[in-house]
Amino acid sequence: MSEIENKAENGSMDGAGECTAGDPKDDKGLGLGVIFFMGAFLICFLSGWLLFPKLLYSKKEQPFNFDHALHTGEAGDCESCHFLREDGTFSGIPNLESCMECHTDEPMGETEDEAVFCEEYVAKEKEVPWLVYARQPDCVYFSHAAHIMGENAKGKIDCITCHGHIGESTTSRPYEENRITGYSRDIWGKNIWGIKKNSWDRMKMDDCAECHVEMDGHKGYCFQCHK
Amino acid sequence: MKIDRRSFLGLGLGAAAGIAVSPVGVKLTDDSSIWTQNWPWTPVPEDGEITYENSVCSLCPGSCGISVRKIKGRPVKIEGDENCPITGGGACLHGIAGLQYLYDPARVKTPLRKNGKRFEPISWEEAISTVAGKLGEIRENGSDTLGLITGGAQGSMTGMFRRFLDAFGSSNAFAMPSLDANLELTAQTLHGAGKTLGFDLENSDFVLSFGAGLLEGWGSPVACYKANSSRKERHGKLYQIEPRLSNTAANADKWIPCKPGTEADLALGICAVLLSKNLFAPGVYPGGLNRFTANVTKQYSPENVEAITGVKAADIEKLAVEFANAKNAVAIPGRGRGDQGQSLREFAAVQTLNALTGRLNKKGGVFIFDKESYLSFPEAAMDEIAEAGAGKDKQAASLDELVTKINASDAPLLNALFVYNANPCYALRDPKRVKDAFKKVPFVVSFSSYLDETAMEADVILPASTFLERMEDVPSGGGLAKQVVGLARPMVNPVFDTKNPGDALIALAQAMGGTIAESFEWETYEEALEAIAESVWETLSEEGYAVVAEGNPEGIPTTNFAYMADMPDAVQAQGDGKLILMPIDNMRLTGASSPFAVKTVSDKVIAGKDVVVEINPATAKGLKDGGDAVITTPVGKAKVKVFLNEGMMPGVIGMAKGLGHTYDNPYVAGKGVNVNDLIAPVIEPGSGLDAAFGITASISKA
Repeated sequence: MSEIENKAENGSMDGAGECTAGDPKDDKGLGLGVIFFMGAFLICFLSGWLLFPKLLYSKKEQPFNFDHALHTGEAGDCESCHFLREDGTFSGIPNLESCMECHTDEPMGETEDEAVFCEEYVAKEKEVPWLVYARQPDCVYFSHAAHIMGENAKGKIDCITCHGHIGESTTSRPYEENRITGYSRDIWGKNIWGIKKNSWDRMKMDDCAECHVEMDGHKGYCFQCHK
Repeated sequence: MKIDRRSFLGLGLGAAAGIAVSPVGVKLTDDSSIWTQNWPWTPVPEDGEITYENSVCSLCPGSCGISVRKIKGRPVKIEGDENCPITGGGACLHGIAGLQYLYDPARVKTPLRKNGKRFEPISWEEAISTVAGKLGEIRENGSDTLGLITGGAQGSMTGMFRRFLDAFGSSNAFAMPSLDANLELTAQTLHGAGKTLGFDLENSDFVLSFGAGLLEGWGSPVACYKANSSRKERHGKLYQIEPRLSNTAANADKWIPCKPGTEADLALGICAVLLSKNLFAPGVYPGGLNRFTANVTKQYSPENVEAITGVKAADIEKLAVEFANAKNAVAIPGRGRGDQGQSLREFAAVQTLNALTGRLNKKGGVFIFDKESYLSFPEAAMDEIAEAGAGKDKQAASLDELVTKINASDAPLLNALFVYNANPCYALRDPKRVKDAFKKVPFVVSFSSYLDETAMEADVILPASTFLERMEDVPSGGGLAKQVVGLARPMVNPVFDTKNPGDALIALAQAMGGTIAESFEWETYEEALEAIAESVWETLSEEGYAVVAEGNPEGIPTTNFAYMADMPDAVQAQGDGKLILMPIDNMRLTGASSPFAVKTVSDKVIAGKDVVVEINPATAKGLKDGGDAVITTPVGKAKVKVFLNEGMMPGVIGMAKGLGHTYDNPYVAGKGVNVNDLIAPVIEPGSGLDAAFGITASISKA
C-alpha cells in the first residue's frame, strides 16, 4: 500500500468510525427535537385556531336585547321594519321614529329590554346605537334594491339567503368587532378557517362572486361594487 | 437526554409550522389589507342622512336645473333636476363637476388689494371703503369714466351692476360676446327692437345648421342634446354646414363642408334660389322685398356661391328646394357655441332664410319673442352728476371696440372698471391687447370668484361666492324656444370669506352715500331680488322655476330686409397666409373648465402639454401625424402637435378653444396654448362685433 492509499483508507475509516460512534447520542437529541417540534406545533396550531380568534375579536353587547321572533309575530315580516325607501335606498336598521310608530314611552310588554328601550331611548328621544352585524366596509357599494326588486329569480333573493334566520332569533348575540379592521365578524364568518356551510355564513367578496357566477355566469366587474 | 441546539430548532420549526397551518396567516393577511384601507389619515366621507335640494347651474348660459345630493347637509354630488322645464333631468359634464369649483385652487379666499405686483389680503370693511373712497374721487372728475364688463346681459345681478352705473352716472356698461346678444341684435335688425329669437329644435323635422355646434355647447347645451336625441325618434333631419367634421356634423344626416367664414354666403345663395324659383312664403315685409331680391339674385347665383363657399351649385339648388318643402324646418346660425367670432351679416342671412320660408312663429321653426322682463327695478335715484352722465354716449359700441379705443387713446378713457363674471383677458381675441387696455385703466375692481387672467389685472378683488353658495335668478337664453327663469339657491355656506356680489354691491353703494345709496336701499341682495322679481317670485321661490314664455307666439312678425338688401360685406380673415386657422369649440373645454372636465379631453386635442391642431393630410405637406410643428399667424406663434384629419377641409387648421390658461390652477392651466393668442379681432362695420371666424396662418415643421 502506498502512503497515499494508506492515508485515504485511514481517512475514510476515521470518518466511518466517528459516524457510528456518534449515532446513539444523536438519536436521543433528534428524538427530543421531534418532541419539541411536535409540542410547539401543537400549541401554536391550537392557539392559532382556538385562541387567536378570541384575541382578534372584541365582544360588544348590543344596547339591549332585541327579540326578532317576537316582533315578526307582532308586526309582520321583515319588510315591516327593513324596507326600501321610495328613492331606492334601503332603510336598514329602523330609526327611533319607525319604532315609535308602535312604541311609546310606556312599555307594551313586560320584558326588561323593552323597559330599557322606553326609558333610555324613547323617553329621551335618543337613537339606539345598534351595532350592525352585516355592515360592509366603506369601499363596498351594495344595493338592496338590485338584489330584491328584480323581476325574475335572479333579482328576487329572499332575506334569508344572505342574512340567515336572524328573523327567528329571540336574543341579540354579542357583536364581535375585528380589532384590526374594525368590521363585524359576520363578514369573514364565525368559522375562523373561512369555511361556510350556509350561504349566509360569510359575506366576503368571494361570496358575492360565487353567487354572481351561479346566477349570471359571471363574477361581475370591479366598479359594480367598488365605486 | 440533553436539551441542545437541535431541540430549540425543533421548537422553532414546530411553532412556525403550527402557525403556518393554523388560520392565523390567512386571516392576518386579509385583515391587514383591510386595515390599510382604514388608516386614520385616509379621508372617509361622513355618513348621514341623504337629502336632495334643487337649484340652477349658472356655469354657462344653459340654465339647467340641478339636484344637489347632500349627506348630513354637505353637498356630495350634482345631478340633473327632473322637473327642470329646460333639461327634464339632463346634466352636462361641467354641471355634474360643479362641486369642484367650490374648492378650486385658484379661488379668491378673501378680499385682495394689489400692492405693487402682489396681492395682499384685506378685510371686507377695508375693501369696501377703499373702493368707495376711490370711486368717490373719480366721480368728482367725470362720472362717465366708470366702466363695467359683465359676462351676460341678463338677470338681476347684471341689472344691479347696471343700476349702480346709472346711479353713478355712467352708461359704459359692456358685456362679453354671447349667443344671446347676437340673437337679440339679429332680432333687432330684422324684426324690431326689444325682441329675441328662440329655435324650436324639439319640434323641428329639418334643422339646417350653419355651423351651430349643437353637440359642442351651442346655446343651452343639455336642451340641444335632448333635442338631437329626440330628433332621431321623430325621424327629423339635421344638415350640418361647416368646414370640419365636428361631433354635430358626424351626428347629422348630411355634412356639407363649406370654406370657413362663408356660411352667410351659402345662406344668401339659398335665399337667391328660393326667390328665383318663387319658393318663398308670403310674409309681412314693410319696406318690401324687391331690392333684396334684385341684389341677392344678382350677387349670389349658385355659381357665384359655389366659388365662394366650395359647395357645388347643383347641391345648393337641391338644398334650397328641400328646405323650402320641409314641413317644420328651421335654419340656425352661430358657428360653434355661437358666442364669439360671429357676424351680424351671418346671423341675419340665416334668419332671412327662416323668414323667406315662413318659419317665423311656427311650430318647429323660430320664435320671435318679446324680450319679456320678469324684473322691474324701482327707478334709480339720480343726482346732478348722474343726470349729466346719463346724457352722455357710450364710449364704444362693443367691448372689443372699447379695448381698441382705450389702447389708442393717450389719456385714460376710463378711470375705473368693474368686472363681473367675465374673463376678457383670456376669452377675447388677442388677449394681450386686452391686458394692455386693463393696464391703462387706473382702478380695476374685480368681482371674480377665481384669481383668473382678468382678476390678476385688478387693483381690488371683492370675491364672489360661487353659484352653489349664493342665491340668484338664472334666466334662460341661448336660443331656447321658451323663456324660463330659474332660482339658484345657496347649497352650502360660503367655503371662504366671499360674498354674493349683489351684497357686495349694496355695501359699496351704502358706503358711497348720497343718491347712490338711495338707489340701493335694500338690506341684502336676497331682499332686493324678492322685490324686483315680484311678478314671478311666488312661483320662483316655491317651484324653483317660473316659465315666462312658452310655445309659439301668435301672429307673423314683420321682417325688415333693409340691412340685408344693402348686401353688407363679408368679414375677411386677417393676414395673407395661405391657410386659415379656425378655433374649434369643444364641449369639454367650454367656459371655466373644471379639473374633471379637462381630464376628459382626448389626446387628439391636447397631447401632454402641447395643443394638437387638426389638418387635412392633403394640406399638411411635409408634416407627420403626431409630429411637432410651429404655427404662425399675424399676431402670434405657437408650438403644436399635428393630427392629420380627413374630416378637416383642406386649407384649414383647427385648434381647440379653451386651453392655455395661465392662472394658478395646476389642473386647468399650463396646458396647450390659448387659440385667442393667435387670432386678432376683426370688427364688423355696423354691428361692432368681433366677427373674426379665424385668421390666416402658416404651419411648418418644428
